[in-house]
Amino acid sequence: MKPLSVPERLTKNRFLLDEEQSHIEVNQEIAKATGTGKALVACCPAHVYSEEPDGTISVEYAACLECGTCLAIAAPGALKWHYPRGGFGVQFREG
Amino acid sequence: MTEPAEPDFEVIVIGAGIAGCVAAYQLARQGRSVLLIERGEAPGSKNLSGGVLYSRGIQQVFPDFLAEAPVERRVTRNYISFLNAGSSVAIDYKDARLADPVNAVTVLRAKLDVWLSEKCEQAGAMIMPGVRVDRVVTEGTRVVGVKAGDDELRAHVVVAADGVNSFVAKEAGLRQKEPLNHLAVGVKSVVALPRETIEQRFNLTGDEGAALAVVGDCTQGVGGGGFLYTNLDSLSVGIVVRLDDLTAKQKVVTDLFDHFLQHQFIAPYLEGGELLEYGCHLVAEGGLHMVGEIVMDGMVVVGDAAGLTLNTGLTVRGMDLAVGSAAAAAEAIGDALDRKDTSKAALACYRDKLFASYVGRDMKTYARAPRFLEVERMYKQYGELFADVLYGTFNLDTQPRRHLLKVARKSLARSPLTMRQLIRDGIAGARAL
Repeated sequence: MKPLSVPERLTKNRFLLDEEQSHIEVNQEIAKATGTGKALVACCPAHVYSEEPDGTISVEYAACLECGTCLAIAAPGALKWHYPRGGFGVQFREG
Repeated sequence: MTEPAEPDFEVIVIGAGIAGCVAAYQLARQGRSVLLIERGEAPGSKNLSGGVLYSRGIQQVFPDFLAEAPVERRVTRNYISFLNAGSSVAIDYKDARLADPVNAVTVLRAKLDVWLSEKCEQAGAMIMPGVRVDRVVTEGTRVVGVKAGDDELRAHVVVAADGVNSFVAKEAGLRQKEPLNHLAVGVKSVVALPRETIEQRFNLTGDEGAALAVVGDCTQGVGGGGFLYTNLDSLSVGIVVRLDDLTAKQKVVTDLFDHFLQHQFIAPYLEGGELLEYGCHLVAEGGLHMVGEIVMDGMVVVGDAAGLTLNTGLTVRGMDLAVGSAAAAAEAIGDALDRKDTSKAALACYRDKLFASYVGRDMKTYARAPRFLEVERMYKQYGELFADVLYGTFNLDTQPRRHLLKVARKSLARSPLTMRQLIRDGIAGARAL
């Protein structure tokens, strides 16, 4: 099977994007001070998080697969993460 | 009386997964008014599992389950292997008895859960999809309903079936943040392949299915493992890695997944396949120690939300425990509603029923399994040792042969493992598994 990048994989999924609000918010200071930022980048299977050259963490919330791994590993205060509003986000067709 | 006056429903169930649907179905069948709330646009659309459902429990709930439900294949072949970089040592257990009666089936949850929610609807439950419960509504120590957006709905009992992340149980104070060794992340692809190709590659006929479970190089030594399950015309392939070990070893989870897919012993199974979907899911790995408070005034917690999953090294279970916990909860809620007392004390019989059932008993039996599976040697050295012993046996290099025991001793001497560790792990394994 041809190896696919994570963005290529995500194109196979069905997403209903909530254009109005993101369900993810990173506290940049705490993320940096605690090392949570780098851990988020490494642990997210959907590559929602990426580290910018200046060390801040950017968030592509539209790609989120809603597993909750980021919230589990984040230091207290570093991340606000909840499920997207009802009906939005990834909609699995296989599961 | 501990009942709030005139609620909208007798029971509100949060989450239309297996636990939520079974609870809603059983309660609706008792004649209760039940609302089942689901945040996905349709039931199943947020739900994902590895894919093997041990089906005896759900067959008790739905006697027509195997004939009617959208199950994929009936698992008759269990292949368990230590997978090293260039070698693999496996137990390949195939047994016709596993097909009659059927013991386990592969499932795809976005399909299965639609069927389950339809059964709930037929039984009289009301389904409300596309609605996220923001929090439970409390009065004093008692849960009296749920809040979703601007809407507030009230019930005598709320069932938290909102999965491993259970915001509901956390916000109600029943769960705290889990330590990372209690959690793992599963990453999975569903890969389309023609039916015949799957049957040839996995040595299956008809609707027989195979479940491959591997530990070792597939996760580059990170605690966890890989899996490969056959669906009718697709494969579910993935890894599950413990979060404490993943973060400590500073591995990138998608690198591990790619490594597994490209492993020389895994890639041939996937050859020519086409990706249908990519997903992930948090997995509770804490076993009995993770099952905390599951009852409070006006609320019970079931399924993944209650931490009910079991990894015994050989079998990996969650969905069957969701069924059992939901059935126990539905019985307990029914009794409590009959007595018009849905306080914590009245609902406590849920816990009693749970621990009298296969769910609680198995959680207790395997209480030591999580700690045993944290032994790092399981994920690298043992597989290499076993392969080394077999290599010494099969590699007839024209040198005079030595007895197996001598070959094994020499392999052990070369391995970083010691005899003491071998004995200790052997005893611990025998006790834990």
